[in-house]
Amino acid sequence: MSLASVPPELPDPENPSVTTGLVTTYDTEIHEPDQAVEEAAALPAGKPRSTFRRGLEVFLENKLAVTGVGIFVFMLLFCFVGPLLYKTNQLTVNFANEFISPNGQHLLGTDASGFDVLGRLMVAGQISLEVGLAAAALATVMGVLWGAIAGYFGGVIDSVMMRIVDALLSIPVLFLAIVVVTLVTPTKPVLILVIALTSWLTTSRLVRGEALSLRTRDYVQAMKVMGGGSRRAVLRHIAPNAIGTIMVNATFQVADAIALIVALSYLGLGIRPPQQDWGGMLSDGIQYVNDGYWWLIFPAGVCIVLVISAPIFIGEGLRDAVEVRLQRR
Amino acid sequence: MTIFLLRRVLQSIIVILLVTVITFALLRAIPGNPAIAILGPNSFRNPAAIAQFDKQYGFDLPWYSQYWLWLRHLLAGNLGFSWKLNQSVASLLGTHLPKTIFLVGISTILALLLAIPVGVIQAVRRNKFIDHFFNGFSTVFYAMPAFLLGILLILFFAIKIPIFPPEGPQGEGLGVVFTNFNALVLPIISLTLITLALFSRYMRSSVLDNLTEDYVRTAKAKGASERRVLIRHVLRNSLIPIATLLGLSLPGIIAGALITESVFNYPGMGYLFYQAALNSDYPILLGITIVVAVATVVGSLLADIAYAVLDPRVRYVSQ
Repeated sequence: MSLASVPPELPDPENPSVTTGLVTTYDTEIHEPDQAVEEAAALPAGKPRSTFRRGLEVFLENKLAVTGVGIFVFMLLFCFVGPLLYKTNQLTVNFANEFISPNGQHLLGTDASGFDVLGRLMVAGQISLEVGLAAAALATVMGVLWGAIAGYFGGVIDSVMMRIVDALLSIPVLFLAIVVVTLVTPTKPVLILVIALTSWLTTSRLVRGEALSLRTRDYVQAMKVMGGGSRRAVLRHIAPNAIGTIMVNATFQVADAIALIVALSYLGLGIRPPQQDWGGMLSDGIQYVNDGYWWLIFPAGVCIVLVISAPIFIGEGLRDAVEVRLQRR
Repeated sequence: MTIFLLRRVLQSIIVILLVTVITFALLRAIPGNPAIAILGPNSFRNPAAIAQFDKQYGFDLPWYSQYWLWLRHLLAGNLGFSWKLNQSVASLLGTHLPKTIFLVGISTILALLLAIPVGVIQAVRRNKFIDHFFNGFSTVFYAMPAFLLGILLILFFAIKIPIFPPEGPQGEGLGVVFTNFNALVLPIISLTLITLALFSRYMRSSVLDNLTEDYVRTAKAKGASERRVLIRHVLRNSLIPIATLLGLSLPGIIAGALITESVFNYPGMGYLFYQAALNSDYPILLGITIVVAVATVVGSLLADIAYAVLDPRVRYVSQ
């Protein structure tokens, strides 16, 4: 994990030449007229339809992104549907069964407590995925609201809110998470909250940058003239129009959140036994690195790498889809 | 330009003050009574001793006075005292911090030297095989837990093929790093690969952004060769955000160093932090947090100043 605090692309709101990296494009696309008519007939009115469809085409052309979706869906099925098909005992410890190498009965062998590793992967993956997705969702909501409010109001409010973000951003996420987790017992809801509370910052910076430019747009001004409140402006206009940026960022948030739980588990500060996530399985497994029990290390390692890579690929595909400048090249 | 600088410096000071407020709030959130923790579990029988301790160390004051007292000590360079190790946090940092700076410094420079060519090649050959190859490479290393990478390096290059020792250089002081540099190779490779994964993605998108700029078209229209456009125009401009990148990614790299140091048993600041977390040694945790946060704020301030010096557009906007 640990790279979580900085996403691969982090435009700095302080300098405009970088900030323009992510642009939503609903009002700048130019379409072939007949194509637009066709699409208008096919889709409900009022949606940003043609841009959406072109974005979807760009996304589907990106093989890595489609692969990412495939991997992620597979992982969800593996963890949540898998246990229904591949029934194993994940409740009672049986030391007579410890360290059995993979065979017909235990497809990926057993671990130090006699648990079937394949079945364990499914159950542990549920925790990794639930915490990762929930934390990313919560962080995104927090970041969007914070950033949209700061950017929309500007001035002193913006300065105060963004200095708080700067302050939190300068403390490594892992450090903050470690301090908090040593204060409270890490259960699933606590982990979700801790990860969300430490990772909404980048989202808020990005959304704030968008909001700064969106608030000067004519439709926001028009709405204000008609007497719309700032609450409506933020929730109905600023946030929805920054949706491209938000979606791209949210996918990276999923990857970083899962990476953060893995790192916390390795440090012994993650979810407590008897529950286990993939990071916990992996850090337990590497204790036997010299004993040749590869099935305790590589399956969990591969799962982690796949489940973190998939959202990154998806996010990059999404970014290409919302990035008009790259489409035009 | 002067106004821009003044504003940025003022902002940084406010941010650092906010960091101290957050850290102090965390310090106060820690359950338990410091007097009992330090005087021993039987001291609750002796309320006079506890009162005396509270008075001597200012624990009887209201929270804002405590904050002010703590801040004054902080400004004087007093980062706190680890009762568990019976040593001041500042002196602990004195022995551990140089090692982390050495490890992080070398790894960051190596990562940067590798990331620039990789990022440029990826951007120029966008969506070609080599782009996908490096993209996959950097994603895997971004996604791979740092400790797994470290363990695999140990497994292959210290146990299977014993070229390097499995542990980082041990012992007091920075001298051991030079006398036993061999032991530092694996930690450096580990941290470099993680950082490279981060930097090359950034470099790629920076070059891609610049390739679409008007000045590239102008240069091409003037008849400059592809090679000249790439090196003289695109690369030079793509390198500017590196200053910001370095400032921003400092917390991430240090967090990576935390895991790497724990894996290789390398007694740097990250290792100190990890051990402190296991022992609930809060003065060390908070002292290090402050140091890292201040370093990050100062780093991004310097990055912004460098940026303003290198890129005239920033100056125009800020005026």
